[in-house]
Amino acid sequence: MGIVSFLTRFFGKDDELSSKNVAKERLRLVLVHDRLDISEKIMENLREDLIATIGKYMEIDQSALEVSLSREEDGVALLANIPIMNVRRTS
Amino acid sequence: MGKVIVITSGKGGVGKTTTTANIGTALAMLDKKVVMVDTDIGLRNLDVVLGLENRIVYDIVDAVRGNCRLNQALIKDKRFGNMYLLPAAQTKDKTAVTEEQMVELCDKLKDEFDFVIIDCPAGIEHGFRNAIAGAEEAIVVTTPEVSAVRDADRIIGLLEAAEVRSPRLIINRIRTNMVQSGDMMSVDDILSILAVELLGIVPDDDAIIISTNRGEPTVMDDASQPGQAYRNIARRLCGEEVPLMTLTAKKNSFFSRLKSLFSGE
Repeated sequence: MGIVSFLTRFFGKDDELSSKNVAKERLRLVLVHDRLDISEKIMENLREDLIATIGKYMEIDQSALEVSLSREEDGVALLANIPIMNVRRTS
Repeated sequence: MGKVIVITSGKGGVGKTTTTANIGTALAMLDKKVVMVDTDIGLRNLDVVLGLENRIVYDIVDAVRGNCRLNQALIKDKRFGNMYLLPAAQTKDKTAVTEEQMVELCDKLKDEFDFVIIDCPAGIEHGFRNAIAGAEEAIVVTTPEVSAVRDADRIIGLLEAAEVRSPRLIINRIRTNMVQSGDMMSVDDILSILAVELLGIVPDDDAIIISTNRGEPTVMDDASQPGQAYRNIARRLCGEEVPLMTLTAKKNSFFSRLKSLFSGE
């Protein structure tokens, strides 16, 4: 890190690391959950149903499966990251 | 027929009572007939912020239960003859007043006053329900902190569900130096998160603590920055278009100049 970038960061510029951007990002995420009022239990059920449904067609890595809610420009999105290990050709 | 406006926030300690006292006083300074109602039963505070604590005889519970006439419970401010306080009860249970009684009380008060300003307790329970029961409009107070903005969002949702329509926001305790250095959310940052109309911004200032020490709302001090902010808000409530204050960072020290050099501002 050069001296200028060190000083820039030290004296606080409006970059990703500034604490107000951290605050904004944390707020966005916490409000997604608050506004939807979706409980942990519902998210867990959704996750299990996703595994059951997709599992009929594909072999997936259940331990690496991630389901989360994310705030987009004008709404909330359900993001699922589902690593596929194999496609079931038989059935 | 007057307006009933509730001042609420969800989170405690963001400045609801200070906001109530200053908006109420500023409206009185604009020659409006104003009554402020403290609904924080058991944690009475609006009286001390207004400097009226020595004059309480009856309180809101006495008034709604008919232990006294409503006019007997209203404390007239000696500085402004058109400003009154209906104090909260300090010793009674917080469930001593019902929502129906609050609606009835607000209906009576708005016949007599131009503005009925209701200071809501923190939280979203009984006290909140009571405070909003008779209100037609709401002002949500927040500060540029994650917890306060989160609670403001929740309160806005609850107000809309209770059909207290289009709440307006006051962002309190803005510290311009910190906003400039990227360590405090700006007005725009907060507005991008909360879908709500902005009513005003109030800078963080020692003048608030000093005015609370004295029991004299800071709007009474012409030189006070937050006082100016609240006077502007009162004028907006009267339908005037008043531009937002330009908040300026206080110090122009060597350090802050060095800082602005490196942050490119």
